[in-house]
Amino acid sequence: MSVEETHENGSASAEVAARVERRWATIAVIIIVAMALLAAFAGIHRATMPQPRVETTDPSRIHLSGEFVESNLGSVLEANGNVTVRAIGQQYSFTPACIVVPVDTPITLRATSADVVHGILVQGTNINTMLVPGYVSEQLMRFTRTGDYLMPCQEFCSFGHEGMWGKVRVIDKTEFADRAKGGGRLSCVGQ
Amino acid sequence: MLANRKLILAHFWLAFGVFGVALTLGAWQMFIRSPIGTWLSNPELYYRSLTAHGTVMGYVFPTLVAMGFGYAISESALEQRLVGVRWAWTGFWLIVIGSIMAVIPIALGRASVLYTFYPPLIGNVFYYLGVVLVVVGSWIWVALMSINLRVWRKAHPGAPVPLAMFANVAGSYLWAWTAVGAALELLLQIIPVAAGLKNTIDAGLARVFFSWTLHAIVYFWLVPTYIAYYTLVPRAIGGRIYSDTMARISFILFLVVAMPIGMHHTFADPQVGAGFKFIHSAFTALVALPTLLTVFTICASIEIAARLRGGRGLFGWIRALPWDNPMLLALAFSFVMLGFGGAGGLINMSYQLDASIHNTQWITGHFHLIFGGAIVIMYFAIAYDLWPHLTGRELIDVRLIRTQLWLWFIGMIVTTFPWHWVGILGMPRRMAYFDFGDPAIAPQALSVTFSAIGGFILLTSGILFLVVLARGMRAPQADAGPYRFALAVHQPTTVPVALNTYALWVALMIGLTLTNYGYPIVTLALTEGTSVPAVYVGAQ
Ligand SMILES: [Cu+2]
Repeated sequence: MSVEETHENGSASAEVAARVERRWATIAVIIIVAMALLAAFAGIHRATMPQPRVETTDPSRIHLSGEFVESNLGSVLEANGNVTVRAIGQQYSFTPACIVVPVDTPITLRATSADVVHGILVQGTNINTMLVPGYVSEQLMRFTRTGDYLMPCQEFCSFGHEGMWGKVRVIDKTEFADRAKGGGRLSCVGQ
Repeated sequence: MLANRKLILAHFWLAFGVFGVALTLGAWQMFIRSPIGTWLSNPELYYRSLTAHGTVMGYVFPTLVAMGFGYAISESALEQRLVGVRWAWTGFWLIVIGSIMAVIPIALGRASVLYTFYPPLIGNVFYYLGVVLVVVGSWIWVALMSINLRVWRKAHPGAPVPLAMFANVAGSYLWAWTAVGAALELLLQIIPVAAGLKNTIDAGLARVFFSWTLHAIVYFWLVPTYIAYYTLVPRAIGGRIYSDTMARISFILFLVVAMPIGMHHTFADPQVGAGFKFIHSAFTALVALPTLLTVFTICASIEIAARLRGGRGLFGWIRALPWDNPMLLALAFSFVMLGFGGAGGLINMSYQLDASIHNTQWITGHFHLIFGGAIVIMYFAIAYDLWPHLTGRELIDVRLIRTQLWLWFIGMIVTTFPWHWVGILGMPRRMAYFDFGDPAIAPQALSVTFSAIGGFILLTSGILFLVVLARGMRAPQADAGPYRFALAVHQPTTVPVALNTYALWVALMIGLTLTNYGYPIVTLALTEGTSVPAVYVGAQ
């Protein structure tokens, strides 16, 4: 084999390599673009959107006035048939410890933290949000079956974190409407 | 022969020593929270242990491996004596002092804030100062890598920087900039509060700063692994790097796109608006690109080795590979874990899917598979590969090495797969124990038990690893010859300036970070009334 031939073989193989590389790079780019488009499509057309707005609240005053005073925590049936749930997390419990909501109803959860960072996760659903002190978390939810769901704090909040388990009780729509007749805020207590 | 063997050995021994301690803590944690361990009467001990495990595994161990390996690369790839040896030792001792300074308050229960800090929880100030010293020590390494390359460039004007060093310096720049997020959080926010100069802190802003560091740090951990993929594996099995250019592009892509993506860690947070979350989600998708390129190039590189050994056919060449070679074994295990972990990562970074698994045990499973699995198994391979050159002795326990790698792989799978599963069921992470008597949690008991067993398999593997290294210090002397890196099929004689220097890429990295983080940080910093009272840990 002459030197020239080797050189020719070399450049031919380099060309093959370059072609295969280009092909692979194209495939990789297509995969990524497709993923981004899927995310964009799902983000625009489907639910489960991250919270769009940033709202603040002063944790040292939430017990005294405003939306998160104790008497305003729990579930309330709005005039349009939707339900709003207000809750706070603190070391090491949620208030209310058990949230009661109707099935098949649009629900808005509004929650914040009274001290450190906590998290709300409802097992068996994709309801999952952080509670950061100073900020209000808002999450839309809707339950399709009745029953009790566990609601652990999913973020480390110091030594009692492992004991911070709340509950969500999903009940029948008419039963909820009955209980809501008297006005006021509902929780599982007294049920 | 490497000139600064003592320096490099010091880094590796300290890295693997603290790794052994943190691994033991990890196994103990899994035992204690599983149904086979009795409930710990004092969960406080669990969180101390968890803080120590995370701090060591996240900050100290990978940093020391990257540094030790970086010094070895600088000497051997550049064939030039390390410039700034005294500074290198200074960096090393800063890390030693920083680690000791951090671990004392952790052990005393005064800094159980986990390695992710979690303001407004505030631990003892010496914990944070210790972490800062570790980072400062590593920044000395960053500067030294840059200086050594500069010295080499002067002596070799226009020559292509050897691939291993090119990647090494890219990794060091990535780290330098990545660490800035946590550094800002510590210096501007946490340390003034921990020192008692202030008593309020903006927890939301702190979380954004931390996310700046928290994702890109993974790519800093990953760089030594990728250097091993490209420059050690093909050489160890008699192959060639399929494409030097592809390798350089991969490392550059990590430098550019690893940074501006961290906000996918705050998908469920109330202090960041949806827009920036979406942008970061899209950027995270991009970071899959260098990994896809790498998987292709490495598979092609080992195929070359197989065909040189007589492998034939579309897939028949796989059988021709030297499967008893520890480096190849480590690579294969690493790729499998990277595959599973990467697929999980695509779920985590998805704008919507993340909600199902955010902060569950799934996440723990995911990053243990990527970091503890795919990355750390290559750290083992790097140590095995370098050891004869550092000790001047031969590593003779090849069977033991294979057993160790197998155990690590099996242990990682047994640990992390059940974690992924219970994560889907909604099991939250970072809990000292679970009430398995609760009928709603009882079905998860079996999975948690498996994880604990996996933890002990990992511990066994880790002990074997340390035994092999220790025995290697006393093995018969043998000259391993100069330390070499794999050559490419078409070894470059010239490289375009863009693939041989960093200025453009570092500028892009900083620019993208500023666009992706600047606005959210400035608006959060300017928002009034978001600072909340600090909660001091262990202050009662
Ligand atoms: Cu909590």
